[in-house]
Amino acid sequence: MSLLIEQTLNGVQLALLLFLVAAGLTLVFGIMDFMNLSHGSLFMMGAYFAATFVALTGSFIVGGLLAIACTALLGLAIEAIWLRPLFGRGHLDQVLGTFGLVLFFNDFVRLVWGAAGRTLAVPQFLAGHITLGPALTYPVYRLVLIGVGLVVAAGLYLLVQRTKTGMIIRAAASDRDMAGAIGANVTLVSTFVFGLGAALAGLAGLFAAPLLTVQIGMGDNILILALVIIVIGGLGSIRGAFLAALIVGLIDALGRAYLPELLRLVLSPVAASTAAGALSSVAIYILLAFVLLVKPQGLFPARGAR
Amino acid sequence: MKRPSPRLLLACVLFILLALAPILASIVGNDYPLIVLTRVVILATAAVSLDLILGYGGMVSLGHAAFLGIGAYAVGIMTAEDVTSGFVQWPLAILAAAIAAFVIGALSLRTRGVYFILVTLAFAQMVYFVGVGLDAYGGEDGLVIPTRSRFGILNLANRTTFYFICLACLVATVALVAHLARTRFGLVLRGAALNERRMRALGFPVYRYRLAAFVIAGALCGLAGILLANHSEFVSPSIMNWGRSADLIIMVVLGGMGSAIGPLIGAMVFMLAEETLSHLTTYWQLIFGPLILIFVRFARSGLIGLFPERSGDG
Repeated sequence: MSLLIEQTLNGVQLALLLFLVAAGLTLVFGIMDFMNLSHGSLFMMGAYFAATFVALTGSFIVGGLLAIACTALLGLAIEAIWLRPLFGRGHLDQVLGTFGLVLFFNDFVRLVWGAAGRTLAVPQFLAGHITLGPALTYPVYRLVLIGVGLVVAAGLYLLVQRTKTGMIIRAAASDRDMAGAIGANVTLVSTFVFGLGAALAGLAGLFAAPLLTVQIGMGDNILILALVIIVIGGLGSIRGAFLAALIVGLIDALGRAYLPELLRLVLSPVAASTAAGALSSVAIYILLAFVLLVKPQGLFPARGAR
Repeated sequence: MKRPSPRLLLACVLFILLALAPILASIVGNDYPLIVLTRVVILATAAVSLDLILGYGGMVSLGHAAFLGIGAYAVGIMTAEDVTSGFVQWPLAILAAAIAAFVIGALSLRTRGVYFILVTLAFAQMVYFVGVGLDAYGGEDGLVIPTRSRFGILNLANRTTFYFICLACLVATVALVAHLARTRFGLVLRGAALNERRMRALGFPVYRYRLAAFVIAGALCGLAGILLANHSEFVSPSIMNWGRSADLIIMVVLGGMGSAIGPLIGAMVFMLAEETLSHLTTYWQLIFGPLILIFVRFARSGLIGLFPERSGDG
């Protein structure tokens, strides 16, 4: 029982981390019809900024806020310099142009921080475990991550559904030209959304830094998982991204915990552990294939999606 | 008499130059250029196979490297299991790539546009993780292939012999793709890329045509994978890294989409740029990344755009 709770918490934590990355991707896609492969690089830059600034300032919070601000500024700079010419171009051009950016950032990091990875320790005040029940303790840091993730998700939901900015975001997502024609400043809102997405990627990078090694290419896997999530959830849908992130996170965590035992019922122990390892990495993609068979537009398509 | 088109002339000149390359290498007395050129020829074969679906069919697959990996792993696994005859290895490896392409294509082609890009990427990533999970065959570290495929008296370990085999595969692939493009099959494929609804209204089962093209492209890319495994005598999951899929797209777009010879030029220029820049600086991607953007921004018809399709055009 305690294993189940622990693995569920791990799954939720992974889900929220992925959601922070996927939210920016899906909002930008919804509003600008733009596929940004370099979003994973922003996640990586967020983690590197965090490792640097936390070490410099000696404070996780000050350094973390600096890292998020820098990632947001970097995102805005990228949008203005590199991505704006690609808006309105075909998806093939966008994929190639932003892939060029991925290559650029990988070598940029190698130049500035070196090829060896960095580590960032869990901050002192969040270290330690908390007792959740008999025979179940859980790291405080991961619980805080879950809490912050949920608050951000709720904030995003309120922003998109309850504010005037959110109204323009939704209007621009369903018909960009019409929203512009009736006087909404779509360009400004697009830039805001891009900066917001970059800040969320930076936040994810900050939170991921103590859990993973900060290294070149760390954004790639996260990016591809986030892409799978926004396809499962329905492109442009923030609610879809949240629910799909939960499904993917839970499948991954529970699959890793329980598949070996399940497979041991039908296979020899050695074969079971090998097969379970392969199967739990692949399970998410099997889910994707299944969703495509049943609902090619994703599970929760955004309203007014083309 | 009809004059041959500039493109056909270009193709002939390129292939003659490629065929003469080993002589030049033997004059220089250095094997390195030939080794690099073999790699260029193999990756060009993969790029040409991608052009069939990307250039002619308008299907932007960001997962083509998966078939490269499947072809290469098929050779690696069979060699590890003591099946070294090329007559067995090669057909089975191509079949494996074709079956994988059938399954991935059947699912991905249900989607359109940006969904198709992402879904092909996701399935390629899945194949990548299967490769990582193959603990019996090296897992993440990969698998050394101790002997190249055996074809009777043909000795693939000889660099020149192997180069000519790769070149023959490339010529055959270019010829097949160029031929397919001109048949009814190719016309339907190109028509569907321009206007799918119209082709459907004309009564063509567009999905089946696209799936057939996807399977052919996958099988041809599997062939390139076989060659790559024999060339590097090693296979690891990184052969089907998503960056490799993107590289293949860049080669096709760089050379010119929808021209069987364009991807060959694209592959040559791509590898030349990589070689030159990486000799210039360790951080060559700092230059290469922006170059891709500039190219995408300003030169979409590709290098082949310099050579008109028919004599008299342009």
